[in-house]
Amino acid sequence: MRRFAGLYAALDETNKTGDKVAAMRAYFAAAPAEDAAWAIYFLTGRKPRQVISSKNLRAWAVAAAQVPEWMFEQSYEAVGDIAETVALLLPEAPATATRPDALPLHRWVETRLLALPRLPEAAQRELMLAAWEELGPTERLVWNKLITGAFRVGVSQTLVIRALSEVGGVPVATVAHRLMGTWTPDAAMFRGLMAAEAGEAAVSRPYPFMLAHPLEDPPESLGAPETWQAEWKWDGIRAQVVRRGGEVFVWSRGEELIGERFPEIAVAARQLPEGTVLDGEVLPWRNGEVLPFAELQRRIGRKTLTRKILEEVPAMFLGFDVLEHAGKDLREQPLHVRRGVLESVVAALGSSTITTSHVVELASWGAAAELREQSRSRGVEGFMLKRRDSRYGLGRVRGDWWKWKIDPYVVDAVLIYAQGGQGRRASLFTDYTFAVWRGEELVPFCKAYSGLTDEEIRQVDAFVRTHTREQFGPVRVVDPELVFEIGFEGIARSTRHKSGVAVRFPRMLRWRKDKPAADADAIGRLLALLPGGAAVEGSESPSGPSPAGR
Amino acid sequence: MPAPLVELTEEGLLCRAGGFYIDPWRPVERAVITHAHADHALADSEHYLAATPGLGVLRLRVGAGADIQGLAYGERLRLGEVTVSLHPAGHILGSAQVRLERGGEVWVVSGDYKLGADPTCAPFEPVRCHTFITESTFGLPVYRWAPQSEVFADIDDWWRGNKEAGKASLLLCYALGKAQRILAGVTAEIGPVYLHGAVDRVTQAYRAAGVAMVPTTLVGPAKRGDDWRGALILAPPSALHTPWGRRFRPLVSGFASGWMRVRGARRRRAVDRGFVLSDHADWPGLLAAISATGASRVLVTHGHAAPLTRYLQELGLAAEVLATRFVGEGEEASEGEAPVVGEEAGS
Repeated sequence: MRRFAGLYAALDETNKTGDKVAAMRAYFAAAPAEDAAWAIYFLTGRKPRQVISSKNLRAWAVAAAQVPEWMFEQSYEAVGDIAETVALLLPEAPATATRPDALPLHRWVETRLLALPRLPEAAQRELMLAAWEELGPTERLVWNKLITGAFRVGVSQTLVIRALSEVGGVPVATVAHRLMGTWTPDAAMFRGLMAAEAGEAAVSRPYPFMLAHPLEDPPESLGAPETWQAEWKWDGIRAQVVRRGGEVFVWSRGEELIGERFPEIAVAARQLPEGTVLDGEVLPWRNGEVLPFAELQRRIGRKTLTRKILEEVPAMFLGFDVLEHAGKDLREQPLHVRRGVLESVVAALGSSTITTSHVVELASWGAAAELREQSRSRGVEGFMLKRRDSRYGLGRVRGDWWKWKIDPYVVDAVLIYAQGGQGRRASLFTDYTFAVWRGEELVPFCKAYSGLTDEEIRQVDAFVRTHTREQFGPVRVVDPELVFEIGFEGIARSTRHKSGVAVRFPRMLRWRKDKPAADADAIGRLLALLPGGAAVEGSESPSGPSPAGR
Repeated sequence: MPAPLVELTEEGLLCRAGGFYIDPWRPVERAVITHAHADHALADSEHYLAATPGLGVLRLRVGAGADIQGLAYGERLRLGEVTVSLHPAGHILGSAQVRLERGGEVWVVSGDYKLGADPTCAPFEPVRCHTFITESTFGLPVYRWAPQSEVFADIDDWWRGNKEAGKASLLLCYALGKAQRILAGVTAEIGPVYLHGAVDRVTQAYRAAGVAMVPTTLVGPAKRGDDWRGALILAPPSALHTPWGRRFRPLVSGFASGWMRVRGARRRRAVDRGFVLSDHADWPGLLAAISATGASRVLVTHGHAAPLTRYLQELGLAAEVLATRFVGEGEEASEGEAPVVGEEAGS
């Protein structure tokens, strides 16, 4: 347990990927196989169900720490994390050096953590109090996080895989492949993971993704439009579908296997001919229309997919390139050749779950620019422009692929409520509600958390503390003085919001220190941005739909 | 019924019967200063009274030309109807609690204080009183400090490890008090120690007052061929993401503060390493100090005043929040640091 807590502390302490991988390498090289297997289990975000309710955890911690209950709440407010609050409040643990590290991680998990749910409450309490007494400060924190199912440390599965690959001398794709699906965290699993490559990875391995650059110059700078292939740019998950060795692998750009999250795509891909790799976008798609990306996130977020979520948010794979056909690497072929192959492969499939992107004919750049204005109503982010004779390059090759995105919508809004953040942002006011004018009144229309620098956050935090008008629980009502430029991607009518609209991905673009609150935008400006554009209720905004920067 | 010995006014804590303010936040005729941190020692008052050991650092703050009278710890001085004396607060060099006595009634204003050991200043002295005005910067039971010897050992290990990895150690800390405490605690043999201009100025004042610290060198203008590997550099927190800070690359950054006790604060700082080292009392320290005064009435100022007050009330003490303007919330200035007079930013 101490070694694992040490790893947690090391990972928590640094933001540098190299240091994180080094810390994991050191851990996996030293830990017994049965511990390492559990470490992988937790580090890759798997977790047993919550075994102790946080209510009980609080109650027992309050007793052990001998503080009043209200003091626990006050402390929690300053710390921002239950597991850590408990660890900090418990009486001082004896110094690490004087305690034997009696129990290795796998024993903690197998004989205690997994046993907890089956115990009567009194026995749970006893086990917890004894555990706290046995553990040092960081170990307590880690233990509390494990039992509340809140264990998270800033490493991605990709980093874990990289560390394992380096320790075992096993290729990354092999490790990723071996970690797919369900497995039991035990010594045999870890040894299997570290075993020499037996050729199985070549089967699953995706190609490095080719990436696009944002187009900042006018499109005319690209030369003749007929040398370019234009497609709508969809907001989904970039992915490769690999069909080899009788199996299907769906890889995200983060080199994560996501086939289990999108079973409908994996099933449809089984019909692809052996030796095929498609590049494309996973999209939430229902009744011929794309759903907001937030819907897709509902599917990414969960480990087990219910029938309900599968019905509510069906997914499809929109192929826009083919990298391998009949087992042959096509990446050196020009795009227009690959496009032909892609269309015939997907057409032969006859599936509505795996389709191809639509190629938009460009008569001229002017016409393209005009067409691009339809992006919002089509639910896309603009155009992708790809040189017709380009090969499929490695990574972000400049000049062959461009994303020609539309700008976000912007309004200037007034900060009216603020609330404390969580975790890293605990005890700072970082979560804000913004409002626009309706006559003399300010109506809230969105919340935003991101977009400010740490320094700006500190300044706004200081403002909130000195300009609080009223307090409702954690929410401060502040003097309506600060104006921010809020950017967002989409807008729809909403009956749940006082303003009558809901916006997508709102964030702060900048702090308009130059603008007094009276000069912030009015509700009419938002209403005019609605699809269909019809401005109602006495629009005060003379301008029509107007994304920024035109 | 005479006015209370200390009352809260627009200018600050006023002792009307003695005709002076304690740590006023506006210029006044006569100011008694508990210590030289910016939120307690404001320039431009007519006359200052402060503990003798801290006069050097106080001059850095209020200016060399200010009219400052020194008073030895424990020495009594009559001001108006009040007998005033200053007693070590253990916070930084020259920090003092202010004891006020009138007709058998005794009040003590703590300023900032800590009970833990600190080689750079006289240790906190409990003073019996009827009313105690206490700070509460770390007034929650989650704040508990390890002995400073453990923290210094951690800093030494960190520095040594960075040196072995061929990197510089940039340790951020408040320029007045914390930096000198670190300089008195680290092991000189590990490597050379360099100081930011703001830290250097205060360190010279400490040396002039006879405080023993490891040898240090001021970081001069950047030169081609500068080699910082293996060095320990002390600088104020604002120096981290500046060209001045970047010159030490490859570097590992650390931050020494009581706030580092909490993981969220550590992560928000985005430094590589946090050391929990504070010049304020931790929770057990606050309770021990309050109890040692024997005070039946406690007024709680800056910091986590509300929870500490409620806790004291539940212990049966007459406790109230006293809303001063001393800094105590937020992690930037709460340990009382702001630019020293005449300091050029980032120099």
